[in-house]
Amino acid sequence: MSSIPLTHILFVSTALFFIGVYGLFTRRNLITMLMAIELMLNSVNINFVAFNKYLYPHTLNGVFFSLFIITVAAAEAAVAIAIIINLYRNHRSIDVEDAQEMKY
Amino acid sequence: MSLSVLIILPLLTAIALLLCNGFRQVRVVALSGAVVQLIYVLWLLGAYWQQRPAGNAAAILFEEDLTWFASLNIHYHVGIDGIAIAMILLTALVTVAGILVSWPVEKLSKEFFFLLVLLSLGAYGFFISLDLFTLFFFLEVAVIPKFLLIGIWGSGRSSYSAMKLALLLMGGSALVFVGLAGIYFNTPTANGPTFDLLQIAQAGISTDVQELFFPFAFIGFGIFTALFPFHTWVPDGHSSAPTAASMFLAGISMKLGGYGCLRMALLMPAAAQSYSGIIIVLATIAIIYGAFATMMQTDLKYINAYSSVSHCGFVLLGIGMLTKTAMMGAVLQMVSHGLMTALFFAAIGMLYDRTHTRQVAQLGGLLKVMPFIATVFVIAGLCSLGLPGLSGFVAEVTVFMGAWQREDAWYRLATILACASIVVTAVYILRAMGKVIMGPLLVEGTGSLLQQGHVLSDARWNEKLAAVLLIIGIVAIGVAPFWLTELIN
Amino acid sequence: MNYSSYITLIPLLPLAGFIILGLFGKSLTRSAGILGTFLLLVSTVLAFYTAYNYFFVSGKINGIYPPVTALHYTWLSFSPGLSIDMGVLVDPASVMMLVVVTFISLMVHLFSLGYMKGEDRFATYYAFLGLFTFSMLGLVLSTNLLQIYIFWELVGVSSFLLIGFYYDRPAAVAAAKKAFIVTRFADLGFLIGILILAYYGGTLDFNMLIYRLTATNLSPLTQTPQIGFMGISLLTWALVLVFIGGAGKSAMFPLHIWLPDAMEGPTPVSALIHAATMVVAGVYLVARLYPVYLLDEAVLQIITWVGALSALLAAIIACTQTDIKRVLAYSTISQIGYMLFALGLSGYGDTATGYSASLFHLFTHAFFKSLLFLGAGAVIHFVHTNEIREMGGLRKLMPLTHITFLIACLAIAGIPPFAGFFSKEEILLAAWENNRFGYILGLVTSGLTAYYMFRLYFRIFWNRTPSYSNHHGEGSWTMKGPLLVLAAAAITVGFIPFPHFVAVNGQEEITVPLRFSIAPVAVAIAGITIAYVLYFKNNPLPRKWALAFRGMYKLVRHKFYFDELYLFITKKIVFNGIAKPAAWIDRHLVDGFMNGAGWATTRLSESIKALQSGSVQNYMLYVFGSIIALAAVFIYWT
Repeated sequence: MSSIPLTHILFVSTALFFIGVYGLFTRRNLITMLMAIELMLNSVNINFVAFNKYLYPHTLNGVFFSLFIITVAAAEAAVAIAIIINLYRNHRSIDVEDAQEMKY
Repeated sequence: MSLSVLIILPLLTAIALLLCNGFRQVRVVALSGAVVQLIYVLWLLGAYWQQRPAGNAAAILFEEDLTWFASLNIHYHVGIDGIAIAMILLTALVTVAGILVSWPVEKLSKEFFFLLVLLSLGAYGFFISLDLFTLFFFLEVAVIPKFLLIGIWGSGRSSYSAMKLALLLMGGSALVFVGLAGIYFNTPTANGPTFDLLQIAQAGISTDVQELFFPFAFIGFGIFTALFPFHTWVPDGHSSAPTAASMFLAGISMKLGGYGCLRMALLMPAAAQSYSGIIIVLATIAIIYGAFATMMQTDLKYINAYSSVSHCGFVLLGIGMLTKTAMMGAVLQMVSHGLMTALFFAAIGMLYDRTHTRQVAQLGGLLKVMPFIATVFVIAGLCSLGLPGLSGFVAEVTVFMGAWQREDAWYRLATILACASIVVTAVYILRAMGKVIMGPLLVEGTGSLLQQGHVLSDARWNEKLAAVLLIIGIVAIGVAPFWLTELIN
Repeated sequence: MNYSSYITLIPLLPLAGFIILGLFGKSLTRSAGILGTFLLLVSTVLAFYTAYNYFFVSGKINGIYPPVTALHYTWLSFSPGLSIDMGVLVDPASVMMLVVVTFISLMVHLFSLGYMKGEDRFATYYAFLGLFTFSMLGLVLSTNLLQIYIFWELVGVSSFLLIGFYYDRPAAVAAAKKAFIVTRFADLGFLIGILILAYYGGTLDFNMLIYRLTATNLSPLTQTPQIGFMGISLLTWALVLVFIGGAGKSAMFPLHIWLPDAMEGPTPVSALIHAATMVVAGVYLVARLYPVYLLDEAVLQIITWVGALSALLAAIIACTQTDIKRVLAYSTISQIGYMLFALGLSGYGDTATGYSASLFHLFTHAFFKSLLFLGAGAVIHFVHTNEIREMGGLRKLMPLTHITFLIACLAIAGIPPFAGFFSKEEILLAAWENNRFGYILGLVTSGLTAYYMFRLYFRIFWNRTPSYSNHHGEGSWTMKGPLLVLAAAAITVGFIPFPHFVAVNGQEEITVPLRFSIAPVAVAIAGITIAYVLYFKNNPLPRKWALAFRGMYKLVRHKFYFDELYLFITKKIVFNGIAKPAAWIDRHLVDGFMNGAGWATTRLSESIKALQSGSVQNYMLYVFGSIIALAAVFIYWT
């Protein structure tokens, strides 16, 4: 099976991950930051599936794990959105720089 | 006969306190709890006495052993010997007296009495524990209430003092824990590491391990009992604390440290032997230097606090000398100092409640207006300077006799210096007494109460009762010490 | 003879008085004094009964009165052999002291009924008297070194309480403190001495200790003299230290400074404590351990010289004082110096005449000195001042006091046939036999004594016409009675063949040759004559002489500046030199270190707290940075 080598896929997932990291660090909008986190999670998912397929093709552990991550990510998104909505109610803003009370 | 009652009773009292309404109810509940406890302790003492002539020569009586946390081999293992029961008796007496003295406390009275009871609970648990972990657990239980008592109800720089006290004592606890953990992991018993005192003593700890971990445990406990140079929490803590807290602090809490030091020295005799020189030096410094520092104090509470440093030095000196007599003297001194200093703080508190000053320079001739309190003050002072017939003398002379049995010239020198402190003690006690109790009547300071025609009343029933209770203890030891020494032996 | 049935009652009755009066005194008022006096009366009767039984019923065995331990139980046990025992030791010295203490105390109790009438704290006064009497009796009956120390401290504190009885007078409070602290300082020596003796003697019991140290070679103290410290043997150290304790209590030079000040207390108290009983405790202590002291001549020499020096210096100072009680106080110091002088003497020769002579003088001195103090009390009660320059011509107004005072003066001056004559003779005889230079010192002191006592006597009772009206008589019979009884005693007790009863080893009578008496009596008469010339009438001569020898007079009048010296030591050296730095170091260095540790922690947290910025993205950065760093470490480290 002469298909796409593993490195290509890893390259994609790495790129996706660091796009997420970049988004997380540079965006001030909390929703965007949440989206960036989703990107990072998905890059991990890609890794899991790819490694499962290429290294241990007879098991399904990696696939299950990525399913698990998707579930957790959904829950996480729900909680995060709830927090953000509350934050918006208090601060009238979803800018992360406006929520810095929790410091020294 | 169950020792757990000693812990359960204060626990029930504490829970009952939380359910009470109004400070009248609270104080009655607290007092009755403490009195019942005292009666139980006396009964326990009686039972203990019956056991000995009956031929029960076991070192520890009334043992109870329950597994608390099996995977770490932590047990709830309690039992008492003569030393422990002496300390428990002291705790019970001081608790009742302290609650009596705080009778008029109205500010957050529920919490106040709750914390007092909690402190006594910690002390009882500490004295009866035979498992090093439970010992440590109860030591911690006794620390936290002190912080709150001083911080919330204290006077003067109370938050500073509370913080200083709590931090130093916590530091002490941390050192204690290092020491205890070291012992735990290095005890060669058949069924793995153990915290059990008796098993450890039986198995024996190798000298290397002893020498490594003894200083941690000893200094840790030493901080509780004002080991030089970690004694500075004593003056600040005592002077800021409310009267009952001062009494508990000096009467009970400092004794936790002394008792711990004694247990450590008995558990690790080889290390105690090799460090005894250092202990003696520190103890002698505390005794003589504490006494001289007391001379310059102007606040009555500071005077008593510094003198506590000096007196607790005798406890450490007795332990450091490592002879049987000296150690007995150390225990006697703990009991004696606990009663005497509680009485002293009670008297100072009573004076302060009426005159609103503790400055020696602002007081004078109080014997004329409050003869009872003045007499209590004099008795406490005389006990402090080691007058025969009161408990202080018995303890000090026992320490001296025991210390002199060490033939080494340096040990002798330390003993002579310690003896010399009795002169200095006489100087500062008489100076304070001569000014505050005797001389022309004088009350100055905030509001100048005398000029406003304020009548300075003598002690009320609760204060009289508290003082009489403690004086009975002091005189019982001072006039007939043999019962106590037999108990400790 | 079994004494145990009643002898413990002798000290316990006054103790009962103390407890009852201390607790319920307020409601008793006047009857408090009567109760206290009654209890002491019973004690006194029992003490006399004991003496009768001991000396006349039991009698001598093998030529000596044997010591009997009538009661004995362990009070506090230290280690096998070492324990504080409470007991009652009956031997000639203790029986003699028993009689003296109870008798004088009874007289003082009686006298105080009148003297202290109407005092605010009348019951408290009697309670304290009871405490003192109990402690003093416990002291004389002690069987054990630490028992004597216990009661030693207790008499100290009762003395403190009684000197400070007028607690609202600053002078009284200061005097009480001084007395307690000076004697406490001396007791430190006593305590260390006890520690040494107990350790090397292996016991605290007097009889056992004396036996071990003298009869056998059981103790390393006598066995191996090389055990020592600073080139002096431990035995010497121990004995000197114990003697320091005794010297403090007995107000010997240079620890005498507290006694004159102690006169701030009520006068009957001075008669009891500071004349007849407590201040002779030092003599008694040395007498108790006498066989041990005999082992070490050097210590006996020290005792002799301390005694002689105190006797002489105090007599010189007494000549210039004008406070009636202070003159008597210095006279007490001088007489006790005499007793110790005699005690120390007997070490030189084989004869131990000094021992009996000393205790004999203690015995007679108790009577005439308490008589003097009570007489002085009566005078003070009458004229309301202590200053003899304001007195004079009182003989008509107070005839009875005058006569009894005269008797006491004659007794202390050593004029036959009064009591002091006999005891002084024996002391001087012992000195003559052993130490000629000491004999001369003794003679000079004796002359000075006669001089200053009669100076006092003439100033008070003659000198000038009285400026007082006879407003309230001499006082009630409770005050006069004790004076009469004591005067009778001061005349008669000298005839008791004292050495027959109290001697160190059952030695028989001391015979003083008649011609030996000539010199002392002549010196005494000379002293009296000088006093007569100078003070019988108002005479300008003393003032002129004082002016002529201004420097010396000032030196003596200021008591050789001892008080100033001590004040310098305590204030400048102890307070400013030790205590102040100690307190400063504690607050600034030791506590400063603790605070510094706290401060350093705070500073550290200040400097790194900016890390917690509150910005989520910052935290993310730290997390990623850390992960990358860790990854780098894990990948490239190995």
